[in-house]
Amino acid sequence: MAVLRHSAAFPFLLLLALLICIPALVSGVWLNDDGGGVEEEGEQFSEELFLKPLPDRKVLAHFHFQSTAPPSAANGRHHHLFPKAIAQLVQKFQIKELELSFTQGRWNYESWGGSDPISSTNAKPPGVELWALFDLPVMEIDATWKDLTHALSGLFCASINFLESSTSYFAPSWAFRSNVSNLRYGALPREAVCTENLTPWLKLLPCRDKAGLASLLDRPSIYKGYYHSQRLQLTSTKSTGIVLKQTLTVVLKPDVQRNSAHSSLDKSIQPSWSVSSMFKKNVTGLCVPAKTSRIFFELETNMVVELEKLGYGDSWSNSIFDLSPNPVRVFKESNPLPGRSNSIIYEFINYSEHEPLDLGMKWKLPFIWSCSQAPFHVSRFLMGSGNERGSIAISLQSTESNKEFLAKSHGCNVQVLIFQVVPWYVKVYYHTLQVFIDGKPQSVSDVIEKIQVSPSEDKLFPGTLELMLRYPCSVQSVALTLDFDKGFLHIDEYPPDANQGFDIPSALVTFPNFHSSRSYVEDNFSINSPLLLKFQEKNVVRSYTEALLVPLTTPDFSMPYNVITFTCTVLALFFGSLLNVLRRRVGEEERLLNSKDTTRIRLIPLLLSKFSSKLKGRTDGTPKSSSLLGSKFLLILVAVLAVLWHYISN
Amino acid sequence: MAGIRGYWTLAAAAIAFRLLLLLCFPKDLHLGSRPEVATPLTSLRRLAEGYWLKQASMSPYSGSMYHGSPLLLSFLGQLTIRRVEGRPPHFYCSLMFVVVDFITAILIRATGQKLLLSRHKSFQVLNLSKLVEASGTVNPGDFASLVYLWNPLTIVTCMGSSTSPVDNLMVVMAIYGACSRIAPLAAFGWVFATHLSLYPIILIVPVILLLGYGLDAPPSKLFLHKTSDASSSGALNQSPDKSGASKLTDNTIHTFSWVQVLHFVLWVFIWLCYVLLLSSISLKDVGGLSEMFRKTYGFILTVEDLSPNIGVLWYFFAEVFDFFRNFFLIVFHVNILFMILPLAIRLKHRSCFLAFVYIAISSMLKSYPSVGDSALYLGLLALFCNELADMHFSFFLFCGYIGVSLLSPVMHNLWIWRGTGNANFYFATGLAYACLQTVLVVESVSSMLKHDRMLRKLVKA
Repeated sequence: MAVLRHSAAFPFLLLLALLICIPALVSGVWLNDDGGGVEEEGEQFSEELFLKPLPDRKVLAHFHFQSTAPPSAANGRHHHLFPKAIAQLVQKFQIKELELSFTQGRWNYESWGGSDPISSTNAKPPGVELWALFDLPVMEIDATWKDLTHALSGLFCASINFLESSTSYFAPSWAFRSNVSNLRYGALPREAVCTENLTPWLKLLPCRDKAGLASLLDRPSIYKGYYHSQRLQLTSTKSTGIVLKQTLTVVLKPDVQRNSAHSSLDKSIQPSWSVSSMFKKNVTGLCVPAKTSRIFFELETNMVVELEKLGYGDSWSNSIFDLSPNPVRVFKESNPLPGRSNSIIYEFINYSEHEPLDLGMKWKLPFIWSCSQAPFHVSRFLMGSGNERGSIAISLQSTESNKEFLAKSHGCNVQVLIFQVVPWYVKVYYHTLQVFIDGKPQSVSDVIEKIQVSPSEDKLFPGTLELMLRYPCSVQSVALTLDFDKGFLHIDEYPPDANQGFDIPSALVTFPNFHSSRSYVEDNFSINSPLLLKFQEKNVVRSYTEALLVPLTTPDFSMPYNVITFTCTVLALFFGSLLNVLRRRVGEEERLLNSKDTTRIRLIPLLLSKFSSKLKGRTDGTPKSSSLLGSKFLLILVAVLAVLWHYISN
Repeated sequence: MAGIRGYWTLAAAAIAFRLLLLLCFPKDLHLGSRPEVATPLTSLRRLAEGYWLKQASMSPYSGSMYHGSPLLLSFLGQLTIRRVEGRPPHFYCSLMFVVVDFITAILIRATGQKLLLSRHKSFQVLNLSKLVEASGTVNPGDFASLVYLWNPLTIVTCMGSSTSPVDNLMVVMAIYGACSRIAPLAAFGWVFATHLSLYPIILIVPVILLLGYGLDAPPSKLFLHKTSDASSSGALNQSPDKSGASKLTDNTIHTFSWVQVLHFVLWVFIWLCYVLLLSSISLKDVGGLSEMFRKTYGFILTVEDLSPNIGVLWYFFAEVFDFFRNFFLIVFHVNILFMILPLAIRLKHRSCFLAFVYIAISSMLKSYPSVGDSALYLGLLALFCNELADMHFSFFLFCGYIGVSLLSPVMHNLWIWRGTGNANFYFATGLAYACLQTVLVVESVSSMLKHDRMLRKLVKA
């Protein structure tokens, strides 16, 4: 500041301003270069939004944010785009893979799809689900998992730290991922997911929700939706570095825009929607660090089939609906079976600050289609009443898509993997496993190809059941039942609202024969969108069942003192009265004893009286007082012993 | 004195009644999951689960389900998986338990007959034959065996597929072996009973007393008194009759026979090694003995399972503050142990009765009591029907037992199934039941002591 006081302050100011500007300019240049092929090595960020109309008048919106960081040696501990917290997490806990999801609501496999990439990878069980694959020796994994849960709990403002206790996590051996020993899986079905979890998640994005696609995330409108799943997936390898995928899947119901003209048709026409009407916000401002920022719109296979039946083909503007801005590119799925229609994805890129992209779909005529279903519809439920015992049933119902599959090949077999976890207070009798095929009981060994049970241990581990079923494709329904006893807990083990019941986490059902990969007509090199690349990955179809709520009996929480006093009273009654009976002597026996007593010298009172009289310095003393003194002496002796004991033990 | 007329008819009827129940209710009565019948230790469902786990080459103790002996597993496990169409799930096991019940009843009968003989003998010695005639014509063996067989609690236990009939058989076998002075049998019964349910370990005191001193008899002081009388009078006029009596007396109040006891200890050692060997063979690849001890005895001593039963400890430990838990565990178990010595001192001449008192106390204070335990001690109680004829409160106790056994299922139903009651309802019946058992034990001990006192008066008179 002393310099500024000089007369020639202005040139200095200019210089100062320039100096301040240089880093910004440099970084800007660097960021601009980032888009080019040269800086492929560097950190990258891309954002995408995937929209799809659903048959039940709802709209699926799937945000996909992907950040990559090169191997950590390349740029030390500093990051430009990649969130430092995540990089530290990966380094500290040696994570190979990690997936954390916060979900509210249940994915409706029947009407929102069960075999497309979104539903098989992004449909998650309600609550929190966390699994991590560590690059560590098996001995250290449990301790690392505990630290990880605490770290994540702090990072996402959620009670993930409850997964620390060994009763809530476990190591699946083959039904979740094939043959890995260093995987840990935990789920908290009751965790409430809300905006306090979304905010830290958004903080990991370079533009947060200030610019780019994330600015659409208006809290009231996304939490109003029917399903909301926010996910964070990490993969870290030595060669590619860390890839962080953050996805947010929401199912929203667009507001019905009232058309006064033909209100009678309104009810059957799907509601028209646009991005701004659904999210109550517009995409404003580009997120500058993002390498790509696009919006995709998909017409599902079945929808295209229906459209072709009506003779409209793949046009985005027909007499049934209109897509408002024209798409930039069209991707058509290529199906191994020729002569069949496939899903179409429209891509929209251009938007700017002045001209926000407001993608909209306007329905003109009623249109009905159905979703691509998983081969079997999975549901799980509880049977029985009362709080003593019950049964868990898992039922698999064949769906339309399985019939198509069946039509293709005869004499085939379906493989199903079931991965089920039960908390310890649901004491499952695994020997009661029964299998019903088409309603008829079947011998277990005929259907179950492989089974692995790790029974629960009271207050230590949850029980896990991993099953591989194999049965003919023609089977219409399969049901598994398992009996269980309900446990009784200590009063401290009940959660605050004990009468609500306890949750059993969702079971995971995987169909290893069915894959949810998409391949597009355009060659892979031209598709540089991470989202579409992910769609092309060969993922098995998996679906989660419902979380179950098991009511457990509660003791009276206000009773501990009463119970202690009552029980102790009964015990004292027993002890006292029995001793009294044993001690009691009547009549002559008593007298006889008395006469003997006068002659016989008792050892201990004698000793005591001698001792006490010595202590008092007196030689004489009546027996009565001596016994009194003796008891006093005993008291003092005990006190001295107690003091000594205390002294020694300290 | 003749036995109860038509004993065999009644016994056969009891067995037939069990079989009838088995055949008439093809559906599962769910007695096996009643808390009164099956505890975590004796439940056959849990045994089946343990067997399944073992077949799947896992430790039968994994999963906190099975807490019984590995020997029962290989013994009953096979039977649990066999199903018969249209029969209850554990049909073969139930059939076996019917047989086990019958054997138990026969052993009780034999014990009772031995007791009766010894009673007559000692009364003859004490010149109290008129008392024998006065004290009714009930043969305690037949009576006790019928009480055991026809006790609804026994029938429910037998039908309810719990393994407590086997436990009871072992206990009765130990007592019978000791009464008839067959050291190997007594040792076998005691070792297996201890192995199966831990609490019979305290029966070693009465078993050793029985082997050492012989069967129940009036206090030895009386015999001494009588002998001194006899000798003083015998000095005056030596009639052959009197000398015969004094000889008898000498036989009756013989000293503690160490040979029998050493014999017993030797056999205990042999059986113990045998049991441990069999268990370790059965658990060779899965777990091992240390796990067995932790999961059976540890489970019994630490009261881990808090599911409701007819005792009071489950609710106590579900409610008590965690930092007092260990203290109260010690208190409850020491309560059983503290009673051993005073009872043994006071009732050493009546070892069989002492065994009954121990069984009653342990089945009242054990961590997972069931009605099977009550069935056993009620059966044994009937062995002393002559001595305890003037017991107080017997009608009250009878009504109490009926009341509690009717109310307890109702309260359980209200709490668990209907949800209209709460845990305190069921716990209250548990408390009442504990009180009843207390009264039973205290009254039976007191009337036995009174009986001895009366004998003394009669002898001295």
